[in-house]
This record gives sequence, C-alpha cells and structure tokens, in this order.
Amino acid sequence: MNPQTNIEQGHRRYLQSLKREKKWVRFYQLIIFLVFFSGWEIASRLQWIDPLIFSSPSKVWELFLAKVQDGTLFVDLSYTLFETIFGFILGTVLGTLLAAILWWSPLLSKIADPYLVVLNSMPKVALGPILIVALGPSFTSIVAMGAIISIIITTIVVYTSFKEVDPNYIKVLQTFGATRFQIFKEAILPASFPVIISTLKVNVGLSWVGVIVGEFLVASKGLGYMIIYGFQVFNFTLVMLSLLVIAVCATIMYQLVELLERKLIKNGS
Amino acid sequence: MDFLSLQEIHHTYFTKTSATTALSDISLEIGEGEFVSFLGPSGCGKTTLLSIIAGLLEPTAGAITLEGKDVQEASKNIGYMLQQDYLFPWKTIEENILLGFKIDGSLNDSNRDYALTLLEKMGLKGVEKQYPKQLSGGMRQRVALVRTLATEPKLLMLDEPFSALDYQTKLKLEDLVSNTLKSFGKTAILVTHDIGEAIAMSDRIFLFSSSPGQIHKTFIMPDELREATPFNARNHEAYSSIFQTVWKELESLEPANKH
Repeated sequence: MNPQTNIEQGHRRYLQSLKREKKWVRFYQLIIFLVFFSGWEIASRLQWIDPLIFSSPSKVWELFLAKVQDGTLFVDLSYTLFETIFGFILGTVLGTLLAAILWWSPLLSKIADPYLVVLNSMPKVALGPILIVALGPSFTSIVAMGAIISIIITTIVVYTSFKEVDPNYIKVLQTFGATRFQIFKEAILPASFPVIISTLKVNVGLSWVGVIVGEFLVASKGLGYMIIYGFQVFNFTLVMLSLLVIAVCATIMYQLVELLERKLIKNGS
Repeated sequence: MDFLSLQEIHHTYFTKTSATTALSDISLEIGEGEFVSFLGPSGCGKTTLLSIIAGLLEPTAGAITLEGKDVQEASKNIGYMLQQDYLFPWKTIEENILLGFKIDGSLNDSNRDYALTLLEKMGLKGVEKQYPKQLSGGMRQRVALVRTLATEPKLLMLDEPFSALDYQTKLKLEDLVSNTLKSFGKTAILVTHDIGEAIAMSDRIFLFSSSPGQIHKTFIMPDELREATPFNARNHEAYSSIFQTVWKELESLEPANKH
C-alpha cells in the first residue's frame, strides 16, 4: 500500500469521526428536549406538580392550535415582535452613535463619564411608569422601554472597544493624511464590529425584557399582556404558551444576528 | 539645500508626575537618495524622532524641513513603515495597498495599476483578493512595503520593520527593500537596534545615546559596503571591523554596572 492512499484513508477516518461526534451531540440534544417535555407532561398528569400552575405541554399545544385558528396569537405576537425589533435596533444604533460621539470628543467623554455610570447602574425598567405617563400607554412607550434598556450599556461597551483599537492602525492612516472621520470609518468602526455584534447578541435578550415589562405595565396587547392576563385570571397555560413563543422568537432573532455576523466580519477565515 | 534637515529638535513628554525629555538637541541633514540608520538602545527616542519627522508629533522645540518645506505640509511625501505590518485584517490585500489613494481621494485606474505592478515586483502576484491572515509574516511585511511605496513618498521611514520576522526572512527582505529603494532613488531612514542590519543597509549610521536621546556619534559606511547588497555586505571583509567599532561605542553608552 502506498503512503498516498494511507493519508487519504486517514483523512476519511478523521472526517467520519467528526461526523460521528456531531451525530452524538444532536442525539443528546434531542434526548434532553424529549425528556424535558415528556417529563413535564407525565409529572403534570400524575399530579407530581400542580397542573393548575405548571400546566402541561398537551394543554399548551391545544391552546396554541386554538389561538392559531382564531388568529389572536398572531395579533399579539406581531405587536410584541415589532416593538422588540424596533426597540432593539433603536437601542443599538443610538448606543453606537453615542459611542461615536464620545470617541469624537475626548473632552465630552470625560464630562459624560459619571453620568454614564449612574445611568448604567440604574435599573431601567424602573423608568417604566414615568415613560408611560410621559409618552402615553402606547406603542411608543413600549418601544422606548425596549430601547432604553440596552442603550447605555451599548454606549459603554462600544465606546470602550473604540478606545482599544490598536493605535498603530491609526498611525498608518495618519501617515496617509487621514481625517478623523476617515480614521473612524477605515479603522475604528470595522475593528469594533466583533464587539458591536456581541453587544447585538446581548441586546436581543435585553430588548425582550424591556418590551415584555412595558407590555406588563401598559397591559393592552402583546405577549407581555398575555402573560400578565394569564397570571391575573390564573390561566397558566396561557402564560406558558407566551413563554414558549417568546423563547422561539428570541432564538430566531439571535440566529439572525449570527447570520449578520458572518456577513459583516470577513477576514478570510 | 539638503533634502531633509532637522535643526535643534527637543522633545519633552509630560505626565502627571514627571516631565521626561525624550530628545535633546538633535540636528542632522540627510541628502536625497541617502539611506541612513538611527541606531541606539531602547528608550533613546528613535521612534519619537520618526513621529516628529513624519509630522505626527509636534516637537517641543526645533524645526524640520523637507525640501525646504515644513513637514506638517509635506506629510504626503513621507511614507512610514511600522514594526509589524499593520495590514487591516478586514480588507483584502488589494484594498490594503490602495488605502493611501483612498484616503487622499486620488484612487484611479493608473494608480491601481501602479500599486498592482509593485505588488507583482515584490513577488506577490495573485494574492490581491486574499486577506492578510492567509499570508505569511514575510509576505505581509512586503505587502506593507507596497502600501507605503504605492503613494510614491519621497522619504521613507522604516521603524524596525524586520524585527518581528524570522532571521532568514529578515535577510531576504533586507535585500529586497534595499534594492527596491535604490532602484526608485528613495531617501530612507531606518530605525533599528540591530547593529548588523544598520551596517548592511545604510550609507550613514547615527548612533543615539539614551535619556535624553542625543546623537552620540555618526558613522559613514565605506563605499564598498554601500554598493553591496545587505546580504553581501554582511560577508564583506570590511563588515566585521565596522561592527566591532560600532559595538564598542554602543557598549560605552551603557551604564557600567548593568552586567
């Protein structure tokens, strides 16, 4: 047997072992999924847990089908989804913009520093009542909640990454006579894309928190309203359904951000 | 008139607790087409001096002129190559070498062709669409050289450009850079702490002493070393005696109790 075929065989074996490992990972993931839901169902039927509080997958599924058929689920879902996406984009864009302004003016960033710390440590959901009174119990105040919860932390994290860009990249551009705007566009911003993307991932979660709390407070429609309503009339199947729908939507949003990451960060790897 | 002239440059850095004089009374002249080296121990302000010549830093006192003009205005005529390649990892090789044109808004087809020809001359044909990560250290440093040369600077500053490379690559690149600069008739300043490199590449060596940075001594290389390529210069019989002389001077600069 010549060494060439030996190497080929070795490579094939290596690929097979990779495939096998992937199969096992998928298998265990599926097992956890099935154990969780069937465990939940069984525990609920056998009254190990209180079915009134914890409901059961079959009841949630029935309610899901019913709400899909009469269309009410989509109405609530679309409200929440729209508010979340809007709040998420607003929070991230405004946060990054603020970070850019702070980078632009070192003096301003020194002046703003203590205020950023105060604003960041304040629990933003506590501003909810004020927002609702100021902006009205509507779409606007809920979007504002979704945005405000992520804006300051985005500013701080992105600004820090702007500052940490290797000064030698700036030096390269300066030797070509670059303006401050060109330095920002050619070096600072693209070098910070990985950090911006990872704040996007955090902001997906934060915006959902902001919007759901907003809907708790406004309590007229949306998945947050479904939760608070289900809680008030003691219909926990409704609460569970909302939670599961939120989990699925938040995951999809997260995946979309990862897709954006692959598009945005190109360096040949 | 001299090509580049520095008159009584002083520079002091201020911090909260101290004022450090990095450079003191530096005056020198460099002729067009000359290759000089700044050699000295670390902390002698060599890089500071390069930043001042490049117009990136304003000296506390003194004046620098390039062809009779203040360097702040003439900064487009100065190219700067750093210790590492600092190619932008998110840009392709082509985008990297065209960066200078993009910044000053002069990107056109003839500029692009010129930059790509330079890349080919450096033995890097066919890497235009690749990303820096896909290239070896020596190749990346050659790309950085193309990026610096593409805008046709009259004065080139090399801040320890070979220090991050392995020895073999370094020797090859020394020859390549030296030949390229000679064929274009460029004036160059090399900052290094490698005595051999300074002797092999330059026409003149300025030896710096540290804290504060001052010109301690100037060595003029003999013609036979100037004409040889850096690799051949290292093997030339005149090389080792000059090496000894420079070495002794450098030793005398160090505090006696150091070892």
